[in-house]
Amino acid sequence: MSGGLRRVVITGAGTINSLGHDVASTMEAMREGRCGIGPLDLRDVERLSVQIGAQVKGYDEQAHFNRQQIALYDRFTQFTLLAARQAMAHSGISFSDEESEMSGVVLGTAGGGVNTWDENYRSVYEEGKNRVHPFVVPKLMNNAAASHVSMEYNLRGPSFTVATACASSNHAMGLAFQMVRSGMCRAMLTGGAEAMLCFGGVKAWEGLRVMSKDACRPFSANRNGMVQGEGAAVFVFEEYEHARARGAEILAEVSGFGMTADAADIVMPSKQGAERAMRIAMRDAGLSPGEVGYINAHGTGTAANDKSECAAVAHVFGAAADDLMISSTKSMHGHLIGGTGAVELLACLMALREGVIAPTIGFEAPDPECALDVVPNVAREARVTAVLSNAFAFGGLNAVLALRAA
Amino acid sequence: MDLRDKVTAIIAEQAMLEPGEVKPEHSPADLGIDSLGLVESIFAIEEAFDISVPFNANAPEESDFDISTVAAITDAVERLVQEQHASA
Repeated sequence: MSGGLRRVVITGAGTINSLGHDVASTMEAMREGRCGIGPLDLRDVERLSVQIGAQVKGYDEQAHFNRQQIALYDRFTQFTLLAARQAMAHSGISFSDEESEMSGVVLGTAGGGVNTWDENYRSVYEEGKNRVHPFVVPKLMNNAAASHVSMEYNLRGPSFTVATACASSNHAMGLAFQMVRSGMCRAMLTGGAEAMLCFGGVKAWEGLRVMSKDACRPFSANRNGMVQGEGAAVFVFEEYEHARARGAEILAEVSGFGMTADAADIVMPSKQGAERAMRIAMRDAGLSPGEVGYINAHGTGTAANDKSECAAVAHVFGAAADDLMISSTKSMHGHLIGGTGAVELLACLMALREGVIAPTIGFEAPDPECALDVVPNVAREARVTAVLSNAFAFGGLNAVLALRAA
Repeated sequence: MDLRDKVTAIIAEQAMLEPGEVKPEHSPADLGIDSLGLVESIFAIEEAFDISVPFNANAPEESDFDISTVAAITDAVERLVQEQHASA
Protein backbone atom coordinates (compact mmCIF):
# COMPACT_ATOMS: atom_id res chain seq x y z
CA MET A 1 0.00 0.00 0.00
CA SER A 2 2.97 2.33 0.14
CA GLY A 3 3.83 4.76 -2.60
CA GLY A 4 1.06 4.97 -5.20
CA LEU A 5 -2.22 6.80 -5.13
CA ARG A 6 -5.08 5.34 -3.13
CA ARG A 7 -8.67 5.20 -4.30
CA VAL A 8 -11.07 7.33 -2.27
CA VAL A 9 -14.67 6.43 -1.57
CA ILE A 10 -17.58 7.99 0.28
CA THR A 11 -18.95 5.74 3.01
CA GLY A 12 -21.18 8.09 4.98
CA ALA A 13 -23.31 11.19 4.48
CA GLY A 14 -25.25 13.53 6.73
CA THR A 15 -27.08 16.81 6.33
CA ILE A 16 -29.47 19.37 7.69
CA ASN A 17 -30.83 22.02 5.36
CA SER A 18 -34.09 23.65 4.37
CA LEU A 19 -35.25 20.52 2.52
CA GLY A 20 -34.80 18.15 5.44
CA HIS A 21 -32.96 17.31 8.61
CA ASP A 22 -31.27 14.22 7.17
CA VAL A 23 -30.12 12.71 3.87
CA ALA A 24 -33.25 10.66 3.21
CA SER A 25 -35.65 13.58 3.57
CA THR A 26 -33.37 15.87 1.55
CA MET A 27 -33.17 13.41 -1.32
CA GLU A 28 -36.90 12.85 -1.18
CA ALA A 29 -37.43 16.60 -1.54
CA MET A 30 -34.98 16.69 -4.45
CA ARG A 31 -36.83 13.83 -6.16
CA GLU A 32 -40.12 15.62 -5.70
CA GLY A 33 -38.73 18.98 -6.78
CA ARG A 34 -39.84 20.56 -3.54
CA CYS A 35 -38.82 24.13 -2.74
CA GLY A 36 -37.29 24.99 0.64
CA ILE A 37 -37.41 28.73 0.00
CA GLY A 38 -39.99 30.82 1.84
CA PRO A 39 -40.55 33.98 3.86
CA LEU A 40 -37.65 34.61 6.23
CA ASP A 41 -38.43 34.31 9.90
CA LEU A 42 -35.81 36.42 11.67
CA ARG A 43 -35.45 39.51 13.83
CA ASP A 44 -35.93 42.86 12.04
CA VAL A 45 -36.95 41.13 8.80
CA GLU A 46 -39.20 44.13 8.06
CA ARG A 47 -36.07 46.26 7.58
CA LEU A 48 -34.74 43.94 4.86
CA SER A 49 -35.55 44.51 1.21
CA VAL A 50 -34.97 40.80 0.54
CA GLN A 51 -37.33 38.82 2.75
CA ILE A 52 -37.05 35.28 1.41
CA GLY A 53 -34.56 32.51 2.07
CA ALA A 54 -34.15 28.76 2.48
CA GLN A 55 -34.15 28.48 6.27
CA VAL A 56 -33.82 25.32 8.30
CA LYS A 57 -37.29 25.01 9.77
CA GLY A 58 -38.58 23.16 12.82
CA TYR A 59 -35.14 23.21 14.39
CA ASP A 60 -34.77 23.09 18.16
CA GLU A 61 -31.15 23.37 19.29
CA GLN A 62 -32.08 22.17 22.77
CA ALA A 63 -33.20 18.84 21.35
CA HIS A 64 -29.60 18.16 20.28
CA PHE A 65 -27.28 20.10 22.57
CA ASN A 66 -27.06 20.94 26.25
CA ARG A 67 -26.75 24.43 27.73
CA GLN A 68 -22.94 24.39 27.86
CA GLN A 69 -22.71 23.23 24.28
CA ILE A 70 -25.14 25.86 23.06
CA ALA A 71 -22.99 28.51 24.75
CA LEU A 72 -20.09 27.34 22.55
CA TYR A 73 -21.80 26.24 19.31
CA ASP A 74 -22.91 28.85 16.81
CA ARG A 75 -25.71 27.73 14.50
CA PHE A 76 -23.20 26.75 11.76
CA THR A 77 -21.31 24.54 14.26
CA GLN A 78 -24.55 22.94 15.41
CA PHE A 79 -25.55 22.15 11.83
CA THR A 80 -22.10 20.72 11.15
CA LEU A 81 -22.12 18.49 14.21
CA LEU A 82 -25.56 17.12 13.39
CA ALA A 83 -24.48 16.34 9.83
CA ALA A 84 -21.22 14.79 11.04
CA ARG A 85 -23.04 12.55 13.52
CA GLN A 86 -25.30 11.26 10.76
CA ALA A 87 -22.35 10.67 8.45
CA MET A 88 -20.37 8.80 11.10
CA ALA A 89 -23.35 6.62 12.02
CA HIS A 90 -24.06 5.96 8.35
CA SER A 91 -20.46 5.01 7.64
CA GLY A 92 -20.06 2.79 10.69
CA ILE A 93 -16.38 3.66 10.66
CA SER A 94 -14.35 3.45 13.85
CA PHE A 95 -10.73 4.38 14.38
CA SER A 96 -7.83 2.67 16.05
CA ASP A 97 -5.50 4.97 17.92
CA GLU A 98 -3.11 5.02 14.97
CA GLU A 99 -5.91 5.58 12.48
CA SER A 100 -7.33 8.48 14.43
CA GLU A 101 -3.97 10.20 14.06
CA MET A 102 -4.21 9.67 10.32
CA SER A 103 -7.75 11.02 10.03
CA GLY A 104 -9.05 14.55 10.30
CA VAL A 105 -11.67 17.13 9.44
CA VAL A 106 -11.64 19.59 6.54
CA LEU A 107 -14.71 21.77 6.27
CA GLY A 108 -15.78 24.77 4.23
CA THR A 109 -17.61 27.84 5.42
CA ALA A 110 -17.60 31.39 4.12
CA GLY A 111 -18.91 33.26 7.13
CA GLY A 112 -18.43 30.99 10.12
CA GLY A 113 -20.37 32.19 13.15
CA VAL A 114 -22.26 35.02 11.47
CA ASN A 115 -25.17 34.78 13.92
CA THR A 116 -22.74 35.17 16.80
CA TRP A 117 -21.17 38.27 15.22
CA ASP A 118 -24.62 39.67 14.53
CA GLU A 119 -26.03 39.08 18.01
CA ASN A 120 -23.00 40.50 19.77
CA TYR A 121 -22.61 43.55 17.55
CA ARG A 122 -26.27 44.23 18.22
CA SER A 123 -25.66 43.92 21.91
CA VAL A 124 -22.71 46.33 22.04
CA TYR A 125 -23.73 48.81 19.33
CA GLU A 126 -27.53 48.86 19.46
CA GLU A 127 -28.15 47.99 23.07
CA GLY A 128 -25.06 49.81 24.30
CA LYS A 129 -23.79 46.95 26.43
CA ASN A 130 -20.15 47.00 27.39
CA ARG A 131 -19.73 43.30 28.11
CA VAL A 132 -20.12 40.21 25.94
CA HIS A 133 -20.23 36.51 26.73
CA PRO A 134 -16.73 35.05 27.30
CA PHE A 135 -17.14 32.50 24.49
CA VAL A 136 -17.86 34.92 21.67
CA VAL A 137 -14.52 34.34 19.94
CA PRO A 138 -14.41 30.51 20.15
CA LYS A 139 -18.05 30.49 19.04
CA LEU A 140 -17.72 32.69 15.96
CA MET A 141 -14.35 31.54 14.60
CA ASN A 142 -14.54 29.89 11.19
CA ASN A 143 -12.71 26.78 12.38
CA ALA A 144 -15.02 26.18 15.36
CA ALA A 145 -17.08 23.55 13.55
CA ALA A 146 -14.03 21.61 12.32
CA SER A 147 -12.53 21.68 15.80
CA HIS A 148 -15.68 20.46 17.52
CA VAL A 149 -16.05 17.61 15.03
CA SER A 150 -12.43 16.61 15.61
CA MET A 151 -13.05 16.63 19.37
CA GLU A 152 -16.29 14.68 19.16
CA TYR A 153 -14.60 11.85 17.22
CA ASN A 154 -11.04 12.17 18.53
CA LEU A 155 -9.71 12.79 15.02
CA ARG A 156 -6.15 14.03 15.44
CA GLY A 157 -4.88 14.27 11.87
CA PRO A 158 -4.97 17.26 9.50
CA SER A 159 -7.95 19.44 10.39
CA PHE A 160 -8.82 22.94 9.24
CA THR A 161 -11.40 25.16 7.60
CA VAL A 162 -11.36 26.47 4.07
CA ALA A 163 -12.94 29.81 3.19
CA THR A 164 -13.33 30.44 -0.52
CA ALA A 165 -16.79 32.00 -0.47
CA CYS A 166 -19.21 29.91 -2.56
CA ALA A 167 -16.56 27.30 -3.37
CA SER A 168 -15.51 26.64 0.25
CA SER A 169 -17.07 23.18 0.58
CA ASN A 170 -15.83 21.99 -2.78
CA HIS A 171 -12.32 23.15 -1.96
CA ALA A 172 -12.58 21.43 1.44
CA MET A 173 -13.77 18.16 -0.05
CA GLY A 174 -11.18 18.36 -2.82
CA LEU A 175 -8.39 18.74 -0.29
CA ALA A 176 -9.77 15.91 1.86
CA PHE A 177 -9.86 13.75 -1.27
CA GLN A 178 -6.24 14.58 -2.09
CA MET A 179 -5.10 13.83 1.45
CA VAL A 180 -6.67 10.37 1.43
CA ARG A 181 -5.55 9.69 -2.11
CA SER A 182 -1.95 10.54 -1.32
CA GLY A 183 -1.87 8.14 1.61
CA MET A 184 -1.44 10.97 4.10
CA CYS A 185 -4.82 10.23 5.68
CA ARG A 186 -6.92 7.13 6.15
CA ALA A 187 -10.30 8.84 6.35
CA MET A 188 -11.58 12.42 6.48
CA LEU A 189 -14.78 14.03 7.63
CA THR A 190 -15.43 16.73 5.08
CA GLY A 191 -18.11 19.01 3.69
CA GLY A 192 -19.23 22.37 4.96
CA ALA A 193 -21.83 24.58 6.55
CA GLU A 194 -23.27 28.07 6.50
CA ALA A 195 -25.70 29.89 8.77
CA MET A 196 -25.86 33.44 7.49
CA LEU A 197 -29.60 34.01 7.60
CA CYS A 198 -29.70 36.75 10.20
CA PHE A 199 -30.29 40.48 9.78
CA GLY A 200 -26.67 41.41 9.13
CA GLY A 201 -26.00 38.38 6.97
CA VAL A 202 -28.86 39.14 4.59
CA LYS A 203 -28.37 42.92 4.72
CA ALA A 204 -24.78 42.54 3.50
CA TRP A 205 -25.92 40.50 0.50
CA GLU A 206 -28.68 42.97 -0.34
CA GLY A 207 -26.02 45.56 -1.02
CA LEU A 208 -24.75 43.78 -4.11
CA ARG A 209 -28.22 43.81 -5.67
CA VAL A 210 -27.87 40.30 -7.02
CA MET A 211 -30.56 38.81 -4.79
CA SER A 212 -34.02 37.84 -5.95
CA LYS A 213 -37.00 39.10 -3.99
CA ASP A 214 -39.30 36.32 -5.15
CA ALA A 215 -37.63 33.05 -6.25
CA CYS A 216 -34.46 31.32 -7.40
CA ARG A 217 -34.90 30.37 -11.09
CA PRO A 218 -31.53 29.17 -12.40
CA PHE A 219 -31.13 29.07 -16.21
CA SER A 220 -34.63 30.46 -16.72
CA ALA A 221 -34.81 33.51 -19.02
CA ASN A 222 -36.68 35.43 -16.31
CA ARG A 223 -34.25 34.64 -13.49
CA ASN A 224 -33.57 37.62 -11.29
CA GLY A 225 -31.00 36.58 -8.75
CA MET A 226 -29.91 34.27 -6.02
CA VAL A 227 -31.62 33.27 -2.78
CA GLN A 228 -29.63 32.47 0.35
CA GLY A 229 -29.96 29.19 2.20
CA GLU A 230 -28.44 27.65 5.32
CA GLY A 231 -27.45 24.25 6.65
CA ALA A 232 -24.64 21.73 6.42
CA ALA A 233 -23.60 18.47 4.84
CA VAL A 234 -20.73 16.26 5.96
CA PHE A 235 -19.31 13.11 4.35
CA VAL A 236 -16.89 10.37 5.30
CA PHE A 237 -14.17 10.13 2.64
CA GLU A 238 -12.34 6.86 3.20
CA GLU A 239 -9.48 5.02 1.63
CA TYR A 240 -11.03 2.31 -0.57
CA GLU A 241 -9.10 -0.70 0.79
CA HIS A 242 -9.92 0.34 4.32
CA ALA A 243 -13.61 0.60 3.47
CA ARG A 244 -13.58 -2.73 1.65
CA ALA A 245 -11.74 -4.53 4.44
CA ARG A 246 -14.42 -3.57 6.94
CA GLY A 247 -17.27 -4.34 4.53
CA ALA A 248 -18.51 -0.76 4.38
CA GLU A 249 -21.23 0.29 1.99
CA ILE A 250 -19.65 2.47 -0.69
CA LEU A 251 -21.84 5.36 -1.80
CA ALA A 252 -19.59 6.60 -4.61
CA GLU A 253 -15.96 7.02 -5.56
CA VAL A 254 -14.37 10.46 -5.50
CA SER A 255 -12.23 10.34 -8.58
CA GLY A 256 -10.99 13.80 -9.43
CA PHE A 257 -10.66 17.41 -8.40
CA GLY A 258 -9.84 20.57 -10.29
CA MET A 259 -9.27 24.04 -8.94
CA THR A 260 -8.39 27.29 -10.68
CA ALA A 261 -8.37 31.04 -10.14
CA ASP A 262 -9.79 33.45 -12.70
CA ALA A 263 -7.34 36.18 -11.67
CA ALA A 264 -9.76 38.61 -13.29
CA ASP A 265 -12.61 40.19 -11.32
CA ILE A 266 -13.77 40.07 -7.70
CA VAL A 267 -17.40 39.31 -8.58
CA MET A 268 -17.84 38.69 -12.30
CA PRO A 269 -17.20 35.04 -13.24
CA SER A 270 -14.84 34.07 -16.03
CA LYS A 271 -15.80 31.39 -18.52
CA GLN A 272 -12.16 30.37 -18.94
CA GLY A 273 -11.59 29.82 -15.21
CA ALA A 274 -14.64 27.56 -15.01
CA GLU A 275 -13.63 25.65 -18.13
CA ARG A 276 -10.17 24.96 -16.84
CA ALA A 277 -11.48 23.73 -13.48
CA MET A 278 -13.84 21.26 -15.18
CA ARG A 279 -11.15 20.05 -17.57
CA ILE A 280 -8.64 19.54 -14.77
CA ALA A 281 -11.20 17.62 -12.65
CA MET A 282 -12.02 15.32 -15.57
CA ARG A 283 -8.39 14.76 -16.45
CA ASP A 284 -7.61 14.04 -12.78
CA ALA A 285 -10.42 11.48 -12.77
CA GLY A 286 -9.48 9.98 -16.13
CA LEU A 287 -12.90 10.89 -17.50
CA SER A 288 -13.76 11.97 -21.01
CA PRO A 289 -16.67 14.39 -21.53
CA GLY A 290 -18.79 11.61 -23.02
CA GLU A 291 -18.58 9.65 -19.78
CA VAL A 292 -20.00 12.41 -17.58
CA GLY A 293 -23.78 12.11 -17.46
CA TYR A 294 -24.67 14.84 -14.99
CA ILE A 295 -23.31 18.09 -13.62
CA ASN A 296 -24.59 19.65 -10.46
CA ALA A 297 -24.22 23.25 -11.57
CA HIS A 298 -23.09 26.20 -9.57
CA GLY A 299 -26.30 27.68 -11.06
CA THR A 300 -26.89 30.59 -8.71
CA GLY A 301 -29.79 32.08 -10.66
CA THR A 302 -27.92 35.31 -11.32
CA ALA A 303 -27.75 36.65 -14.85
CA ALA A 304 -23.96 36.53 -14.90
CA ASN A 305 -23.20 33.10 -13.42
CA ASP A 306 -25.71 31.01 -15.33
CA LYS A 307 -24.78 32.47 -18.70
CA SER A 308 -21.06 32.09 -18.10
CA GLU A 309 -21.37 28.58 -16.63
CA CYS A 310 -23.48 27.30 -19.52
CA ALA A 311 -21.05 28.73 -22.05
CA ALA A 312 -18.16 27.06 -20.21
CA VAL A 313 -19.93 23.69 -20.08
CA ALA A 314 -20.92 23.88 -23.75
CA HIS A 315 -17.34 24.64 -24.72
CA VAL A 316 -15.74 21.94 -22.57
CA PHE A 317 -18.22 19.23 -23.54
CA GLY A 318 -18.64 20.07 -27.22
CA ALA A 319 -20.91 17.54 -28.92
CA ALA A 320 -21.12 15.55 -25.66
CA ALA A 321 -23.14 18.45 -24.17
CA ASP A 322 -26.16 17.14 -26.10
CA ASP A 323 -26.31 14.06 -23.87
CA LEU A 324 -25.45 15.86 -20.66
CA MET A 325 -27.88 16.79 -17.89
CA ILE A 326 -27.08 19.80 -15.73
CA SER A 327 -29.26 21.05 -12.91
CA SER A 328 -29.09 23.61 -10.15
CA THR A 329 -30.50 22.34 -6.88
CA LYS A 330 -30.05 25.84 -5.43
CA SER A 331 -33.53 26.37 -6.83
CA MET A 332 -34.70 24.14 -3.96
CA HIS A 333 -32.24 24.52 -1.04
CA GLY A 334 -31.07 28.03 -1.87
CA HIS A 335 -27.45 29.11 -1.98
CA LEU A 336 -25.70 27.89 1.15
CA ILE A 337 -22.65 30.01 0.22
CA GLY A 338 -19.71 28.19 1.85
CA GLY A 339 -21.80 25.10 2.57
CA THR A 340 -23.43 24.82 -0.80
CA GLY A 341 -21.12 22.33 -2.51
CA ALA A 342 -21.59 19.90 0.36
CA VAL A 343 -25.38 19.85 0.15
CA GLU A 344 -25.14 19.70 -3.63
CA LEU A 345 -22.94 16.60 -3.44
CA LEU A 346 -26.06 14.82 -2.17
CA ALA A 347 -27.69 15.39 -5.56
CA CYS A 348 -24.61 13.81 -7.14
CA LEU A 349 -24.88 10.77 -4.85
CA MET A 350 -28.57 10.47 -5.69
CA ALA A 351 -27.77 10.53 -9.41
CA LEU A 352 -25.04 7.88 -9.11
CA ARG A 353 -26.79 5.57 -6.64
CA GLU A 354 -30.46 5.90 -7.42
CA GLY A 355 -30.40 6.98 -11.04
CA VAL A 356 -32.50 10.03 -10.22
CA ILE A 357 -31.43 13.45 -11.48
CA ALA A 358 -32.57 16.30 -9.23
CA PRO A 359 -34.37 18.99 -11.22
CA THR A 360 -33.86 22.72 -11.63
CA ILE A 361 -37.16 23.96 -10.27
CA GLY A 362 -38.68 27.38 -10.90
CA PHE A 363 -37.79 27.05 -14.55
CA GLU A 364 -40.30 29.12 -16.52
CA ALA A 365 -38.74 30.13 -19.83
CA PRO A 366 -35.74 28.89 -21.80
CA ASP A 367 -32.80 31.24 -22.18
CA PRO A 368 -30.88 30.89 -25.46
CA GLU A 369 -27.73 31.66 -23.48
CA CYS A 370 -28.37 28.62 -21.25
CA ALA A 371 -29.21 26.14 -24.01
CA LEU A 372 -28.40 22.92 -22.13
CA ASP A 373 -30.60 20.17 -20.71
CA VAL A 374 -31.20 21.75 -17.31
CA VAL A 375 -33.68 19.07 -16.18
CA PRO A 376 -36.46 21.63 -15.79
CA ASN A 377 -38.87 21.36 -12.87
CA VAL A 378 -39.24 17.56 -12.69
CA ALA A 379 -36.68 14.98 -11.57
CA ARG A 380 -35.64 12.47 -14.18
CA GLU A 381 -34.65 8.81 -14.06
CA ALA A 382 -31.38 8.23 -15.85
CA ARG A 383 -28.43 5.94 -15.41
CA VAL A 384 -25.23 7.91 -14.97
CA THR A 385 -21.82 6.53 -14.04
CA ALA A 386 -19.87 9.74 -13.57
CA VAL A 387 -20.77 13.27 -12.47
CA LEU A 388 -19.23 16.65 -11.80
CA SER A 389 -20.10 19.16 -9.10
CA ASN A 390 -19.27 22.78 -9.93
CA ALA A 391 -18.54 25.65 -7.57
CA PHE A 392 -17.43 29.03 -8.89
CA ALA A 393 -16.89 31.55 -6.11
CA PHE A 394 -16.80 35.30 -5.81
CA GLY A 395 -13.16 36.18 -6.06
CA GLY A 396 -12.88 33.98 -9.15
CA LEU A 397 -11.93 30.82 -7.24
CA ASN A 398 -13.24 27.66 -8.86
CA ALA A 399 -13.46 24.10 -7.53
CA VAL A 400 -14.90 21.11 -9.38
CA LEU A 401 -15.25 17.58 -8.02
CA ALA A 402 -15.58 14.46 -10.17
CA LEU A 403 -17.32 11.34 -8.84
CA ARG A 404 -17.87 7.88 -10.24
CA ALA A 405 -20.52 5.33 -9.33
CA ALA A 406 -19.34 2.74 -6.78
CA MET B 1 -25.65 72.26 -5.84
CA ASP B 2 -28.86 71.24 -7.57
CA LEU B 3 -29.99 67.65 -8.07
CA ARG B 4 -28.53 67.40 -11.56
CA ASP B 5 -25.10 68.57 -10.41
CA LYS B 6 -25.19 66.25 -7.43
CA VAL B 7 -26.00 63.18 -9.55
CA THR B 8 -23.33 64.18 -12.05
CA ALA B 9 -20.80 64.58 -9.27
CA ILE B 10 -21.57 61.11 -7.92
CA ILE B 11 -21.21 59.53 -11.34
CA ALA B 12 -18.05 61.50 -12.07
CA GLU B 13 -16.49 60.36 -8.83
CA GLN B 14 -17.25 56.73 -9.67
CA ALA B 15 -15.76 57.20 -13.14
CA MET B 16 -12.75 59.04 -11.71
CA LEU B 17 -13.47 62.03 -13.99
CA GLU B 18 -14.09 65.71 -13.42
CA PRO B 19 -17.84 66.55 -13.30
CA GLY B 20 -17.36 68.73 -16.40
CA GLU B 21 -16.28 65.68 -18.39
CA VAL B 22 -19.57 63.85 -17.71
CA LYS B 23 -22.23 64.68 -20.33
CA PRO B 24 -25.96 63.94 -20.08
CA GLU B 25 -25.84 61.68 -23.13
CA HIS B 26 -23.07 59.46 -21.70
CA SER B 27 -23.96 55.90 -20.75
CA PRO B 28 -22.30 54.34 -17.70
CA ALA B 29 -20.27 52.16 -20.07
CA ASP B 30 -19.09 55.27 -21.99
CA LEU B 31 -17.66 56.50 -18.71
CA GLY B 32 -15.99 53.19 -17.95
CA ILE B 33 -18.42 52.29 -15.14
CA ASP B 34 -18.95 48.51 -14.94
CA SER B 35 -21.79 46.67 -13.23
CA LEU B 36 -20.15 46.76 -9.82
CA GLY B 37 -19.39 50.48 -10.25
CA LEU B 38 -23.00 51.07 -11.16
CA VAL B 39 -24.20 49.32 -8.00
CA GLU B 40 -21.83 51.52 -6.02
CA SER B 41 -23.12 54.70 -7.73
CA ILE B 42 -26.70 53.75 -6.98
CA PHE B 43 -25.80 53.23 -3.36
CA ALA B 44 -24.20 56.69 -3.29
CA ILE B 45 -27.32 58.19 -4.88
CA GLU B 46 -29.55 56.50 -2.30
CA GLU B 47 -27.42 57.90 0.51
CA ALA B 48 -27.18 61.39 -0.98
CA PHE B 49 -30.91 61.81 -1.62
CA ASP B 50 -32.27 59.55 1.12
CA ILE B 51 -34.21 57.50 -1.38
CA SER B 52 -34.55 53.83 -2.23
CA VAL B 53 -33.69 52.99 -5.85
CA PRO B 54 -35.36 49.91 -7.35
CA PHE B 55 -32.47 48.25 -9.13
CA ASN B 56 -31.57 44.58 -9.59
CA ALA B 57 -28.16 43.99 -11.17
CA ASN B 58 -29.46 40.75 -12.71
CA ALA B 59 -32.02 42.51 -14.84
CA PRO B 60 -31.10 46.21 -15.08
CA GLU B 61 -33.37 46.71 -18.08
CA GLU B 62 -36.36 45.43 -16.13
CA SER B 63 -35.71 47.54 -13.07
CA ASP B 64 -37.99 50.54 -12.70
CA PHE B 65 -34.96 52.79 -12.93
CA ASP B 66 -33.53 53.84 -16.28
CA ILE B 67 -29.74 53.69 -16.24
CA SER B 68 -29.15 54.08 -19.97
CA THR B 69 -27.61 57.56 -19.75
CA VAL B 70 -26.64 60.18 -17.20
CA ALA B 71 -29.70 62.20 -18.22
CA ALA B 72 -31.98 59.18 -17.72
CA ILE B 73 -30.49 58.48 -14.31
CA THR B 74 -30.96 62.13 -13.30
CA ASP B 75 -34.61 62.11 -14.42
CA ALA B 76 -35.22 58.87 -12.54
CA VAL B 77 -33.65 60.25 -9.37
CA GLU B 78 -35.77 63.40 -9.67
CA ARG B 79 -38.91 61.27 -9.95
CA LEU B 80 -37.95 59.08 -6.99
CA VAL B 81 -37.19 62.10 -4.82
CA GLN B 82 -40.61 63.55 -5.63
CA GLU B 83 -42.38 60.23 -5.01
CA GLN B 84 -40.57 59.28 -1.85
CA HIS B 85 -40.42 62.70 -0.27
CA ALA B 86 -43.91 63.78 -1.32
CA SER B 87 -45.33 63.38 2.15
CA ALA B 88 -42.47 65.27 3.78
